[in-house]
Amino acid sequence: MTERKNLTSLVVDDTVYVTTTTPKFERRKPYVPGDPRHVVAFIPGVIQKIHVAPGQAVRWGDGLLVLEAMKMKNDLTSPRHGVIKAIHVEVGAMVAKGQLLIEFE
Amino acid sequence: MNLRTRLAEFFKRKENAVQGGGPKAIEKQHAQGKLTARARITALLDPQSFHECDMFVEHKCEDFGMDKKHFPGDGVVTGTGKIQGHPVCIYAQDFTVAGGSLGLMHARKITKIMDQAMKLGVPLIGINDSGGARIQEGVNSLAGYGEIFFRNTLASGVIPQISVVLGPCAGGAVYSPALTDFVFVVDKISKMFITGPEVIKTVLGEEISMEELGGARVQVEISGNAHFYAASEQECFDQINRLVTFIPWNNKKKADPYPAALPKPEYSLERVIPAEPTQPYDVRDVIRAIFDGSDFFEVQEHWAANIVVGFARLKGETVGIVANQPLVLAGVLDVDSSDKAARFIRFCDAFNIPLVTLVDLPGYLPGVDQEHAGVIRHGAKILYAYSEATVPKITVILRKAYGGGYIAMCSRHLGADFLFAWPTAEIAVMGPEGAANIIFRAEIAEAADPAAMRRQKVAEYTEKFANPFIAAANGHVDAVISPQETRGFLIHALEISAHKSESRPAKKHGVPPS
Repeated sequence: MTERKNLTSLVVDDTVYVTTTTPKFERRKPYVPGDPRHVVAFIPGVIQKIHVAPGQAVRWGDGLLVLEAMKMKNDLTSPRHGVIKAIHVEVGAMVAKGQLLIEFE
Repeated sequence: MNLRTRLAEFFKRKENAVQGGGPKAIEKQHAQGKLTARARITALLDPQSFHECDMFVEHKCEDFGMDKKHFPGDGVVTGTGKIQGHPVCIYAQDFTVAGGSLGLMHARKITKIMDQAMKLGVPLIGINDSGGARIQEGVNSLAGYGEIFFRNTLASGVIPQISVVLGPCAGGAVYSPALTDFVFVVDKISKMFITGPEVIKTVLGEEISMEELGGARVQVEISGNAHFYAASEQECFDQINRLVTFIPWNNKKKADPYPAALPKPEYSLERVIPAEPTQPYDVRDVIRAIFDGSDFFEVQEHWAANIVVGFARLKGETVGIVANQPLVLAGVLDVDSSDKAARFIRFCDAFNIPLVTLVDLPGYLPGVDQEHAGVIRHGAKILYAYSEATVPKITVILRKAYGGGYIAMCSRHLGADFLFAWPTAEIAVMGPEGAANIIFRAEIAEAADPAAMRRQKVAEYTEKFANPFIAAANGHVDAVISPQETRGFLIHALEISAHKSESRPAKKHGVPPS
């Protein structure tokens, strides 16, 4: 049942090994560094309220929006001083973990 | 009342108990491709060997109209029997009775047979097929689960515990299998998860089927929660029959010996291993060429296939085998393969099964995902498990043994009793390419033809260090042996260490990485 696909190569310490891979290895996601201008959902849930609008200046700690997840209303506060460039969600939207919510200038 | 009427009364009660949830529920069970609890026990155990206990136990709940409900045996069948002549204690949840739901008396029957297994020193087999907690019994049902988990933990390392998931096993209930040694699942029948698709959909908005979330394939291929996969219940029972022959009854005994058998002639070591260290081969063919009857009983075959673990016999004695698999991900150690090997090593150590380690790996799998998933603490589990193990430990280095991988794979430094290396072994900090690039960085950069210089330096390094003789000269390898001699050396090592006695500092327990 474990399918043996065609041989491929894997590099370890500059040596190229001929081998096969596993489905789990194939599904691994490439690492993408977080963008400090992006506010993303830390948990999947529903957007309850949005406190800010594009163009608005906010300070560190200001409330940005309310994300309800697991029956808890989570206040997402601003991680920085800055100006809101765009809001990528609407009230009532269901968001996935890691989804982009708010973008800073 | 005379004997006749008493007997008639007894037979009537027995008949009532044995029919479980009744013909309708049984028909429904069959329609799902499932056997009933008693039929499963009969199919699994040796013929006529099952002796049931607690057949007439019933619940005492009076809330929510439960006082008017009658659940034969309270939804679980328990007793004792034999598998291939080996005694076992067994329970099977009966889905036809109130969905196999777990109430207090249901749990008491299970904990009673668990206590019995501990006292008698015999393996425990649990067949799980239950809708979960019996809500009407409230906290008493939760208490029942807790008492089962507690016993699973106490029995760990004392008697082998086998879980067979033949139906739903969800929520808290699934922690009992997780605490046991081996979990068996069957395609389209087993369903294991903590929170089901309904909850996931309501809370998170993610849609997934029960099969994709926690079906048999998921558990053996992705999560690693289960160890054995079968296409049918009968195949699953055959697998359990085979497993029981390889393991002892308890931690005070050794596994029963079987008649010795030579490996089959069609498995030849020379044909299996390619000369080039970067070319793959199936290490299971090496195992089949060395051990009795070419018979290898693999554990967790479908998960973390870059390491191979399982049981075989040498001159009739059970051994546990841990082998890097060059065919998959070049045999690297990573998060999953470390977890898989470490757990198997600890099982073997707990149950007096000598360990044979076959080494051929380039090191650890590089990657951000691995580092962020904690390959440090997961990888440390192998070091811990091998260092902690006091059963005979025999290691054979087949080809590559580089860097941290060399140390981890039961090197002399972690307490191997015998360390053999084939002439093809390369024991070094890293492969020749990587090493040459570092050691001769300046020469290569300054050369008129850097590529040619690199080739030359790699060749020099290979010539000088890619062999077992430097390690042998330092006493880290006991003997360089030819592949053909391997079986003989292993048998000798096993015979010589039959009475090995090694102790570790007294402690309550260690704190292994997890």
